[in-house]
Amino acid sequence: MALLRVEDLHKRYGHEEVLKGVTLAQDAGETKVVIGPSGTGKSTLLRCINRLTEPDRGRVWLEDTEITSRQTDINRVRAKIGFVFQDFNLFTHLTALDNVRLGLVRVRRMPRAAATGRAMAELERVGLAAKADAYPAQLSGGQQQRVSIARALAMDPRLILFDEPTSALDPELIGEVLSVMIQLARDGMTMIVVTHEMGFARSVADEIVFMEGGVIVEQGPPDKMFRSPEVPRTGEFLRKISELYGESQ
Amino acid sequence: MNLVFDPAWLPRLGQGVSLTMQLTVYCMGLGAALGAALGLVRVYGGGRWSPLYWLASVYIHFFRGTPLLVQLLGIYLGLPTVGILVGPFLAGLLAMTLNTAAYQAEYFRGAIQSVKSGQMMAARAVGMTRTQAIRHVIMPQALRLIIPPWSNELIYMLKYSSIVSMTALRPETMDLFGTARSIATRNFRYFEVYILVALFYLAMVLILTVALRWVERRVRIPGLGTPSRGV
Repeated sequence: MALLRVEDLHKRYGHEEVLKGVTLAQDAGETKVVIGPSGTGKSTLLRCINRLTEPDRGRVWLEDTEITSRQTDINRVRAKIGFVFQDFNLFTHLTALDNVRLGLVRVRRMPRAAATGRAMAELERVGLAAKADAYPAQLSGGQQQRVSIARALAMDPRLILFDEPTSALDPELIGEVLSVMIQLARDGMTMIVVTHEMGFARSVADEIVFMEGGVIVEQGPPDKMFRSPEVPRTGEFLRKISELYGESQ
Repeated sequence: MNLVFDPAWLPRLGQGVSLTMQLTVYCMGLGAALGAALGLVRVYGGGRWSPLYWLASVYIHFFRGTPLLVQLLGIYLGLPTVGILVGPFLAGLLAMTLNTAAYQAEYFRGAIQSVKSGQMMAARAVGMTRTQAIRHVIMPQALRLIIPPWSNELIYMLKYSSIVSMTALRPETMDLFGTARSIATRNFRYFEVYILVALFYLAMVLILTVALRWVERRVRIPGLGTPSRGV
């Protein structure tokens, strides 16, 4: 059974229907990269998965828990789904260590000492143990994003959702974040990544999902998507985006 | 001009300072608690049409929209008519607390709304409840933002506390201004006494201002809001 199933998801903002029925399934250990022009519902899709945005219609399951059910304790589900934001959203009043530790102490009710150990280990994993006592405003964008990945990892997520994790970064800082994500993908983390980084998509994605106009236009393994897409529009978009963003990785 | 200051005034003025300080500190503390609750209701209380939001709004508009003096006399003279006896100190404290809470509610609302919306979203995304997010993420940031307007309010209330002299008749219930007035009416040294009292108020304001500046620096988030000098 798939780890995550999304079924016929719809979301409308005012008159604009952003998601017009999105269905997808994701296996454990799989990395999916979602691409598509801006404003086509990619971020909305991610936010509807853990109900940071409430979908209008459709269902989402994490294993056998229906996330979209009213009976589900959404906070327990969210604790199992990591979320990495485009603009990091680190807690500005807390050090890097406390950012990673807060969820462990408050949500998972871990004793303080154990939480500190776990948080340090996650900072180590993203290469920022030395910055444990730094506040977000004292870190570069790339470092902040790595802390936010550590914050997600600390909760032992079944799945991590990345919402354009490198779009707010200066070009020279993108690499450090991508290399952390590549390592995660190789370690078998289940990830859905909305990104324009085609190099990343080509090298680690198990599947690329091309979205446009609130629907999935085409999905498939990167080789096929890049070489012989079935829908002409997919090839056109991939060529354009590869020219624009290059293939840095 | 011949100014005469009598050191014999000082013990009584000292008592007045103490009462003024007590009124100010208590009303600001209680007002902060009530104001924070009202501010939270205005932001998170379920929107414009929820009864809680509506009650908080009516409260805030009423106590900001009517003079503190009217509120004080209403409490001091009005409550006894329904069988609740309040002395001048309690009436003053109650009026000042209810009044400052309305203003502080708006400062709290502004501070809470100044915390970026991504902060709440990130807190919810790790699985915190809304209450946990408010307590551990939103409020610690909002409380830092509230210090400058709050210190303004503190100074206002310190000075406005002089209106309790309207109801205090006995020396032991008199604030600094009331004490000064009673000394002056006895020896006709109005000018001297009021100069002295002005200096006392000024000293209290300066001490509180410096203290709050110190607190503001202590809780400053490293790397944020560093003053840029000479720009």
